[in-house]
Amino acid sequence: MPTPRDRWLDEEAGPVVRPYALIRGRTRPSGESLDLIAIITAVRGVRGDPVELDPEHFAVLRLCRLPTSVAELAADLNLPLGVVRILLADLRERSLISIHHPIPPARLPDPRILREVADGLRRL
Amino acid sequence: MAYAGSDRSGRPAGVPVTIKILIAGGFGAGKTTLVGSVTEIRPLRTEEPLSEPSTQVDNLQGVERKTTTTVALDFGRITIRDNLSLYLFGTPGQERFWFMWDELARGALGAVVLADTRRLADCFPSVDYFEQRHIPFVVAVNCFEGARRYRPDSVRKALDLEPEIPIIMCDARYASSGRDVLVVLVEHALQLMSGPPDRATAGLPSR
Repeated sequence: MPTPRDRWLDEEAGPVVRPYALIRGRTRPSGESLDLIAIITAVRGVRGDPVELDPEHFAVLRLCRLPTSVAELAADLNLPLGVVRILLADLRERSLISIHHPIPPARLPDPRILREVADGLRRL
Repeated sequence: MAYAGSDRSGRPAGVPVTIKILIAGGFGAGKTTLVGSVTEIRPLRTEEPLSEPSTQVDNLQGVERKTTTTVALDFGRITIRDNLSLYLFGTPGQERFWFMWDELARGALGAVVLADTRRLADCFPSVDYFEQRHIPFVVAVNCFEGARRYRPDSVRKALDLEPEIPIIMCDARYASSGRDVLVVLVEHALQLMSGPPDRATAGLPSR
């Protein structure tokens, strides 16, 4: 729907409409799907353009100054996962974040990592 | 939650390793309790298309053309050390969210299937799911107060489980018990990976 964006972003739009308004009604991010435990890190020394990006994009960038998983970003921002994935796709397009995809357990370079996990759990 | 897995000194952090474990089982089997006993629990929202069965469940009065519904997942993170974190995800209990499991299961190390002996049949779908996809899993029998205790053998027979699938008795309310369940799962997954090659691909993405 070609509704002007600023109209959708009116503060009275409310908390339910707003997340979908800011991603302009998109339900699928461009590119490959991001795993829940992919780690996102903001690229240092690069600033997003406030004209192109919404406050939520900047909120994501602030949260992932330290490496943060997709699931944690969604929980911290209190936004649905789908919305966060689209925000991340926008940031990826602008090279503002780096993404570290999780390695499937059977392909871990060192199986000792899993031994470490078991030992670490025992120490909890 | 502190980001213990990252480096605050400004030095580039090493390669982060993230490991995913699913906590499955029937509705009310203790999935949320288990995640919450071992780590700080955090709600995660995901919007999913509204399917026919759920149309009957959700009250749509006053909501016009609602095409998605919110599915809440529990998740928690356990930091093993810098750059090594374990993520627990409670699977949505209702079968109408079944399709979400594929995303959750992709790349998972394994799963804990929580069983409630008062409603043992409730965990059949979870057991089937992980068996069919060769995802390592263990069955944790949550010993509810007042429920009759069963021996692991009886549970194995009732669930028709292969002898190599570990069965553990647990009390999901206690961190030590939840932690023991996770240790058994990680050990089991390790054993499968070092076992026959056809099982070594367990947990790999299917695509």
